[in-house]
Amino acid sequence: MDFPILSTLIFLPLVSSLFIFISRGQKNNNSAIYISLFSSLATFILSLFVWYSMDYTSADFQFLEEQSWINDFIKFKLGIDGISILFIVLTTLITPICIISCINSVKDRVKEFLIAILILETFMIGVFCSLDLVVFYLFFEAGLIPMFLIIGVWGGPRRVYSAFKFFLFTLLGSVLMLVAIIAIYWITGTTDVTQIYEIKIPKEYQNLLWLAFFSSFAVKTPMWPVHTWLPDAHVEAPTAGSVILAAILLKMAGYGFLRFSLPMFPLASEFFTPLIFTLSIIAIIYTSLVALMQEDMKKLIAYSSVAHMGYVTLGIFTFTKQGIEGSIFQMISHGLISAALFLCVGVVYDRLHSRMISTYGGLVNYLPKYSFLFIVFALAGLGLPGTSGFLGEFLVLTGTFQKNYLVAMLATFGVVLGAAYMLWLTKRVIFGVTKNDQIKNLKDVNKSEMIMLGILAVLVIFFGFYPVPLMETLNVSVDNLINNYETAVQIESLN
Amino acid sequence: MINNLNILLPEIFLTLSIFSILMIGVFIKNSFNLIFNLSSAIIFLTVVIILNTSNNLEKIFLESFTRDAFSNFFKILILISSLFVLNSSKNYIVDKKLTKFEYPIIILISILGMFFMVSSNDIILFYLGLELQSLSLYILASIDRDNLKSSESGIKYFVLSALSSGLLLYGCSLLYGFTGSTNFDLIANELGKENTGAVFAMVFILVGLAFKVSAVPFHMWTPDVYEGAPTSITSYFAVVPKVAGLAVLIKFMLIPFSKILMEWQTIIIFISIASMILGAVAAIGQKNIKRLLAYSSIGHIGYALAGVATGVISGYESSIVYISIYVVMNLGAFSCLYLLKKDGEYKENISDLSGISKKHPILAISFLVILFSLAGIPPLGGFFAKFYVFTAVVEQQMYALAIIGLLTTVISAFYYLKIIKTIYFDDSVISFDNTKNKFAQLSIFISCSILLTFFLYPSVLSNVVDTLFLN
Repeated sequence: MDFPILSTLIFLPLVSSLFIFISRGQKNNNSAIYISLFSSLATFILSLFVWYSMDYTSADFQFLEEQSWINDFIKFKLGIDGISILFIVLTTLITPICIISCINSVKDRVKEFLIAILILETFMIGVFCSLDLVVFYLFFEAGLIPMFLIIGVWGGPRRVYSAFKFFLFTLLGSVLMLVAIIAIYWITGTTDVTQIYEIKIPKEYQNLLWLAFFSSFAVKTPMWPVHTWLPDAHVEAPTAGSVILAAILLKMAGYGFLRFSLPMFPLASEFFTPLIFTLSIIAIIYTSLVALMQEDMKKLIAYSSVAHMGYVTLGIFTFTKQGIEGSIFQMISHGLISAALFLCVGVVYDRLHSRMISTYGGLVNYLPKYSFLFIVFALAGLGLPGTSGFLGEFLVLTGTFQKNYLVAMLATFGVVLGAAYMLWLTKRVIFGVTKNDQIKNLKDVNKSEMIMLGILAVLVIFFGFYPVPLMETLNVSVDNLINNYETAVQIESLN
Repeated sequence: MINNLNILLPEIFLTLSIFSILMIGVFIKNSFNLIFNLSSAIIFLTVVIILNTSNNLEKIFLESFTRDAFSNFFKILILISSLFVLNSSKNYIVDKKLTKFEYPIIILISILGMFFMVSSNDIILFYLGLELQSLSLYILASIDRDNLKSSESGIKYFVLSALSSGLLLYGCSLLYGFTGSTNFDLIANELGKENTGAVFAMVFILVGLAFKVSAVPFHMWTPDVYEGAPTSITSYFAVVPKVAGLAVLIKFMLIPFSKILMEWQTIIIFISIASMILGAVAAIGQKNIKRLLAYSSIGHIGYALAGVATGVISGYESSIVYISIYVVMNLGAFSCLYLLKKDGEYKENISDLSGISKKHPILAISFLVILFSLAGIPPLGGFFAKFYVFTAVVEQQMYALAIIGLLTTVISAFYYLKIIKTIYFDDSVISFDNTKNKFAQLSIFISCSILLTFFLYPSVLSNVVDTLFLN
């Protein structure tokens, strides 16, 4: 491929944000909304084209681009395989939905908000495209700036605290990764990921380097006990911010484990599996219990995200095909479901300005369409068969049973808890008696809300019944990942 | 032996110009504007002259004066940053009634002093250059002589700086005593042998230099002088003498002290870590922007010294890259301060920035870019500065230094975020005058564009810096 299609994909949102910046018309934000919607849809279509034209039968990186960058030694290298393309498409799908959502929910400084969202999209796509550690770090960290502003400027009453917590937690985790990246450069002589896969980092370095990467990914995932920034950030962020945070930013860490920790440090990954299993199980059970106790809808969904990401990390570190495919599927499906749930909360929040569960009740009588969609997503969130939420958890658990019965049993217990908090939430919000008179005057979902929730509902159910497109894309890349891992472990055991 | 005076051309030109505009100033009344413009022209011409000289290594006057790529690079950096400082602060100078014709002339004299500092290859010439620079800076610090704070900062700077100069001179004389020479190259040869006395001398010289670049524990003057001096002078202090100080520091490590690396490395590592930590922690409680920038500059010098602490060429190069990006960031930051004018008064408190993003979106976004860059967040220029330094540090396997350094960036991110929070999250209180300060706006624009687009071609700067150490 001569045409730099990945760079186009990355920088298209950035360029359009420049157009918004110079666009006139302060009173009326329509032009800004149209430009951003148009460019994000163009990015989405471009990413679909990339997905369509890539070759799933090969585990090699495709659409490679290479530019000499920092001096002679670090190259600006981009490329995708079957795993990354799914995350790219997820990103480009969620961004237009966020832009639609802000028509209703963002009233103040709309132009700046759209610029922040588009710049964030650039960085997110960049994370999933980069094949060089420094490029990855650049995009990974750069995403903090727009997200910090989105939470801080358009957030709720405790936005300052949450924005600072989000920024500093993530930065603290990441600086250790930067040291590790530089150390890898001096150990292997390159930061090109594909070359590092070939070189194989010596065993004595692997554990420390793995821990440094882990410190960054654990905060971002987020894993217990460094998950505390997430509920705060979610609660205070505006709807679109929560959606991006849950749907995409959290996935960067899972993607990071798959792209970096596993293939670069296979021995350390094996060594630290018990640690990951323990933390994942704590995340699944403990945060599910915490979610049960929440009175704030967004906080409840935030804790459920932590629990769902627990399945993801669990699945990745089973090193089985089912486990890894399951966790990737879980990430994509959680990206759709949690985005939809946050949008659902946003819909009623725009009308009543309350996120408290106690404010609502009996919505089904007055907002039938809304209630239907809410129930679909809640059921998907608890993993009902026929929705995409089921397949991911099922595959992860299948993978885990091959490795460790105890862990698998405990994780299965988490599924029950997940059903408990989701159903109880539905019961209290959608059903029950209407105590609040304001609810009677609420309007049902309008056209734009219907579009965004409808698209997500269709996708959630579609992938629940027919996951083949995703699985086909993943298949070879995951096989390759597991093969490389197993060879590395076997060679070590022979020595 | 007849020396080739062409080598000294920039210095000769600068000296003669200073004398001539001094005469103009004396004989023409109210000549501030004229002198000011002439000074800018002189600085610009000197840049042109230096650009036209060759970068080959030449040593003249008994090898006490060198001209090479290294000294030329620093001279240009000093000149360009002075040009920006001077012009962007012009409105400020006029508003504050500091329009004495001596003002730009003294700045030129201090530039001349720095020229000799970065070109010196001899202790005596180095000391003379340093003193010429320092004396000019004392006057500049207290130039607003009716203002108590400005006079206080001048006195404070004078007393402490004189003390450090004394220590430095003592170190120089010890060095002469123990090695029998004042020439850098000869000293370097002499130090190849066992020479305990010279290590004492090295410590004294390091103390003096650490004071000039305001590294911990010799930083005490910085916050007070930064706050007390007029902003136009503070921005000069924050940028230009630091560049010259770091250049001399690198030069000392590179030539005379190259053979006692083990001895000075420990000291620099300590100074570097102490500066990074103090710069990060002490800035948190500050309410005055200038004071905060003082602590932030202490922290930044710590990062630049981390590059020096590696004791290898690649480390020195990373320090030079760091200080160059630091200059760009600080010029932008101080130019922003010139726009914070309300009813003829310049605001200096962080709380005055509250909510300016609503009424002054462009100024707010410039602050945003510069502050995130100071915090070292990618993809801005400040990140690459830190990246180069820590790459060099990790190469020498100084993992502790790298980890401490990066952890302090997290702490220092906190206070930069606090300013951004004030600008973007808080409610708007003041709306500033619509100042027409074209040059300040231009330098903010240049600074932000460099920081924003640095990631496209990060190697441009380091390629230039790579050529400095060829001879």
